[in-house]
Amino acid sequence: MGTFQIDFGTTAKPPRIIGIDLGTTNSLGAYLDATGTPRVIPGDDGQPLVPSVVHYPLEGAPVVGYAAMEKLKSDPARTVYSAKRLMGRGLSDVAGEKFTYAIDAATSGQVIHLGVGVTPPEVGAAVLRALKQNAEAHLGEEVTQAVITVPAYFNDAQRQATKDAGRIAGLEVLRLVNEPTAAALAYGLDKRKQGVIAVYDLGGGTFDISILKLRDGIFEVLATNGDTHLGGDDIDHLLMQVALEDLASEWGRDLSGDANAYQSLRQAVIAAKHALSTRPEVALEFHWEGRAYRRELTRDVFDRLILPIVDRTLGPCRRCLDDAGVGVEQIDEVVLVGGSTRIPLVWSAVENLFRSRPHTELNPDEVVALGAAVQAGILAGDVQDTLLLDVTPLSLGLETMGGVVTKLIHRNSTIPASATETFTTAIDGQRNVLIHAVQGEREMVKDCRSLARFDLKDIPPMPAGLPKIEVRFLIDANGILNVSAKELRSGQEHSMEVTPSYGLTDEQVEAMIIASIEHAEDDFRERQVREARVEADQMLAAIDKAKANDAWDALSSEARAAVSLATNQLLLAYHGDDHELILAKIEELNEATLPLAETMMNTAVQGALKGTKI
Amino acid sequence: MSDYYAALDLPSLQLHLDLANLEQRFHAASRRLHPDRFARASAAEQQAALDASSVLNDAYRTLRDPLRRAEYALKLAGFNVGEQGNLDVPASLLEEVFEFNLALEEADADEVAAARNRFVALRGEIDARMEELFAAYDAAPKRETLEELRGLLNRRRYVANLISTASGEGIRH
Repeated sequence: MGTFQIDFGTTAKPPRIIGIDLGTTNSLGAYLDATGTPRVIPGDDGQPLVPSVVHYPLEGAPVVGYAAMEKLKSDPARTVYSAKRLMGRGLSDVAGEKFTYAIDAATSGQVIHLGVGVTPPEVGAAVLRALKQNAEAHLGEEVTQAVITVPAYFNDAQRQATKDAGRIAGLEVLRLVNEPTAAALAYGLDKRKQGVIAVYDLGGGTFDISILKLRDGIFEVLATNGDTHLGGDDIDHLLMQVALEDLASEWGRDLSGDANAYQSLRQAVIAAKHALSTRPEVALEFHWEGRAYRRELTRDVFDRLILPIVDRTLGPCRRCLDDAGVGVEQIDEVVLVGGSTRIPLVWSAVENLFRSRPHTELNPDEVVALGAAVQAGILAGDVQDTLLLDVTPLSLGLETMGGVVTKLIHRNSTIPASATETFTTAIDGQRNVLIHAVQGEREMVKDCRSLARFDLKDIPPMPAGLPKIEVRFLIDANGILNVSAKELRSGQEHSMEVTPSYGLTDEQVEAMIIASIEHAEDDFRERQVREARVEADQMLAAIDKAKANDAWDALSSEARAAVSLATNQLLLAYHGDDHELILAKIEELNEATLPLAETMMNTAVQGALKGTKI
Repeated sequence: MSDYYAALDLPSLQLHLDLANLEQRFHAASRRLHPDRFARASAAEQQAALDASSVLNDAYRTLRDPLRRAEYALKLAGFNVGEQGNLDVPASLLEEVFEFNLALEEADADEVAAARNRFVALRGEIDARMEELFAAYDAAPKRETLEELRGLLNRRRYVANLISTASGEGIRH
């Protein structure tokens, strides 16, 4: 009987797109398996979650994840956490927030520089690179394309910063997807034919609420609202203040300035917070310089403490319902996303507001990444019937006379969305027109967020009002603004200089990509050293074993001295970082042991001939 | 100006639209045009999808709302919309507004609330008349129908402002 060769066309297979949830506290990747089911990607440790913590040692490549978390207590100044809160932001945005690593004055543009010598997108890139490596190891193929999720309420600069992070990590970001929308996709609520869904997403650093309408596989976002500065971090911060005050009165010492003590206490506070989600009472324990601190914390007290934070989520929920034009009674399903929704008070607040029992079937830490994988499947063409129609969370406007904002694209417009405006000159011979784009809902420029300035340059000198330049503002499917200008009479593209208010320039991103490749070389060198050491270990172990053999004693003293010398030289090279030297010394040791090996071989042959074992 | 009617495959300047049907058209066109469908296409195709779907979204946002739809149709028909706000306010309404302003000045909450109710009722009448004009124009497109519609839109904008003022006052007192 013959057999059929089936060609699966593996050579023509397009590159796989993975989904990534780049979170404030934890990050993880997911992919669609052969059956079209989204699955999380485990790391070497079998864990899909990678803590979004990056340790920058004085020398060598950054350390990411649990290994970096270990460094939070011992080297807090060089260990970055919650960097997502700094993405696309300026120094003034984070004034009053406490981090145990240094945040420097912006040295270039408005981008924050961390004391460890990197920008927030580079920290994000380090996490993304770890996820990329996990995916490549798990899937056994190179991964270069990804869908990355962002908080729905992220503004243009924050989105651009996330995209930059992907580029620096060597990932082409095919789409930024809003986290609540991704969660809705993952929930398989597409099983439901139609209905209205509310997604409440309270993560480590951000809060989002989205209301979606579902019809035959189309997920149409009706409205979204949120606060990019509200999450579990705020609860931690609140508990920290209470604990620090309590410690100050008990020990007579203010520990808030001591980064190591602060981090140790922070870990203890977070552990207590987590435990309170399942237990009515926990003990907060903290040991420092031989002293012990212990406080009982009940859920009642905890609830009273965090109530103002939970309440802050309700305003955006109501505004979102208003904007969606939907009453509470019209919401068919409520989905909870984000680690902070494990807190019983959050859970019940949502239940009270929406008057329906929220869905919690899927792990709130994983659901966003799973949804990103579904979106990746949509982009790859593997998922055909489902389509996401998302909205822009913030209105786009232009500065006009007197610092007033004229809105061009209103919030909750389905994206891609566009608007066109025609500009002209105010005085004869004017060569430039400056356009200032802002994002936000307020009437005055100073109350909105500056997005970018566009300089329409090289306008031919003409009487005022004669030149006509049409500028098209387009918010793409990632929620990022694209602007193009056209000279109306000639129909020619008009040149324009763009200065983003809070972003990296292309040149900066390029430089970071190069720096990250250098880091990748560091990584590679480090791996080579590690591999050489493993080989040396094997060699040294073999020699130790051989020394117990009779053949060792049978060896000439010169031969024995040669082996000892070569062994010592290998040990010297072993702790250096030159893998070639280690390999050379292994080779020398190997040669020095040739007489030994020969003797052993002879003994073995003789032994074998005698039928005995050695 | 992009042709929003063409984007949704509707006859130009049709003023009355069935919203369920409009949504179906929007969803069907989205499935075809959305950039997600072209993630692996050439840069030119991706740009075309971006342009086409942004026009589609703008079209749906405009046409699903009767007011925006009417304004858009008027613009298409060559009318200058939205500039001469107060010109179409009838004398009877001016008298009403005078009393309303008095009530505001005296911070008479009851009187303000009563005025608000009258304005809301008036807005309802305007909306009903607008639907009549939509139907009349679709049956027999005449320029004077559009002229009346433009006047009606101006009046509605004026009344809507009065309602929001009255609502704001209602909250403060």
